[in-house]
Amino acid sequence: MLEVRDLVKIFDGFVAVGGVSFDAPRGSIGAIIGPNGAGKTTVFNLITGHLRPDRGRVTLNGRDVTGVAPHDLCRLGVGRSFQRTNIFPRLTVFENVQAAFVSHRGRGWNLLTPVERLYHDETRGLLESIGLADRAGEVAGFLSHGGQKQLELGLALALEPEILLLDEPTAGMSASETRETIRLIEAIARERGLTLLFTEHDMEVVFSIAQRITVLHQGRVIADGPPDEVRRDEAVRRVYLGEYH
Amino acid sequence: MMRRVPWGLIVFVAALGVPALGSRFYTFLANDVVIWTLFATSLNLLVGYTGLVSFGHAAYLGVGAYATGILMKKLGVSFLFAWPAAGVFAGACALVFGFFCVRLTRIYFAMLTLAFAQIVWAICFKWNELTGGEQGMPEIPYPDFGWIERLGARLSFFEWRTAEYYYFLTVVLVAFCLWALRRIVHSPFGRMLTTIRENAERAEFIGVNVRRYELVAFVLAGAFAGLAGGLLGIFNRGVFPDFAYWTKSSEVLIMTLLGGMSTFYGPGIGALVLILLNQQIVSYTEYWPLVLGTVLVVLLFGFPGGIAGAASALSGRLLRRTRGA
Repeated sequence: MLEVRDLVKIFDGFVAVGGVSFDAPRGSIGAIIGPNGAGKTTVFNLITGHLRPDRGRVTLNGRDVTGVAPHDLCRLGVGRSFQRTNIFPRLTVFENVQAAFVSHRGRGWNLLTPVERLYHDETRGLLESIGLADRAGEVAGFLSHGGQKQLELGLALALEPEILLLDEPTAGMSASETRETIRLIEAIARERGLTLLFTEHDMEVVFSIAQRITVLHQGRVIADGPPDEVRRDEAVRRVYLGEYH
Repeated sequence: MMRRVPWGLIVFVAALGVPALGSRFYTFLANDVVIWTLFATSLNLLVGYTGLVSFGHAAYLGVGAYATGILMKKLGVSFLFAWPAAGVFAGACALVFGFFCVRLTRIYFAMLTLAFAQIVWAICFKWNELTGGEQGMPEIPYPDFGWIERLGARLSFFEWRTAEYYYFLTVVLVAFCLWALRRIVHSPFGRMLTTIRENAERAEFIGVNVRRYELVAFVLAGAFAGLAGGLLGIFNRGVFPDFAYWTKSSEVLIMTLLGGMSTFYGPGIGALVLILLNQQIVSYTEYWPLVLGTVLVVLLFGFPGGIAGAASALSGRLLRRTRGA
């Protein structure tokens, strides 16, 4: 459903992404891995329209979405979470998710009715499924790091995406938080039939849930395939996995 | 749970009661406060709710004041049309300027709003045929209160001077504008504005077209500032270029910060306190700017949430203490 072809992004002469191509078939769980600075986040930003590629194409369900602005792209079924936690810190947990519902369902231009009761049940239900129901009234910025990451996932899910792009969903979490979060993400993805694409530095997580792994190194794809194949790949072992094995 | 106190209604009734104190001076002061409350609250739609700091909000006050003034004095249009026209002209002006401003962020946004405001001021200052140039445009007529004066003459207890009728009119119109603004900030649209204030990047990715929302907020803020301007010109018995000058922009910004931009009523409190303070201090010393500067420094370091912020922090602490006891 998502096809990335030959993406190139150059910052001031530095080739951040140098011709990256891969696919994310419908319903699959794919991971993008690579050492720091390999260009993972840049690839995400190119896909979601936060950056404009210098070359290359992104297609979603056969439709060219290269360079489509983020606010339009997320109407086309792309949800995204960010590496740096990215929520609305001074709104409550409830208001965060509710805002995503309001915006996504096109009610944002209503200037006259009170917002309080809008999408109340939907918001409650979603908070329930991401495990934040009992913290609905809390100010989002006061949640723990793990809680904020969960909330971010909630913001992405409120857009009813078909494909979810998660940039290091467990960054900064403890081992147990990481396991819990991954289980949650996997369960939600299966339940909703989502296509999942994520970046992650924890190899245990990657190899436990990804069906397909794309390895980036210095802005290029050096391996792309199922976990076993990638694990055996010589080039990958040399530049990347060597650090861990 | 405590019953909600209808503060808005209480303040509205209290404001209507000011002329009954019998002092023309109090009514004069109250009228000033009421108009500036609308002006400051309109600015807070940008500063407090959308997170856009405008240094040029006086431009729309000026445009509104000239629109109403010119229509009423030169063309003899009745207040009924001349006042809404202030909102329309100022809103249209904000649409043009805002189109460029929302393409910039933070300090660049602020500087561009200031630049546009200075252009408006320069036009008002130089365009003698239309605006009266630096002499301004004195003797803007009051709205026609003929029918209400005739009514007042029959009811002996309801007999006031024109300035007082104008004050009542101002209170009612401003109350209506504040009610509308309050609806807006508590609407889904208002919620979208707060997401932009909190995190514009994330707002984009829940599907908010940030620039378009910012532009609409800018136009609304400009339109309500224009309505305040329309009232101010008549109250002031004249419209002058300094309505659009940058010092007016900074004054209204200080009011908003002083009162507290995190609440809806904060800017109104700021307007009240600043105007009363000015009145008191000017009778003792000519160094008003010095006092104003000191107030600002204390405010920024001691009470970043303004008066309203400090008050809610204090009441929160008291509430916890009484519960704990």
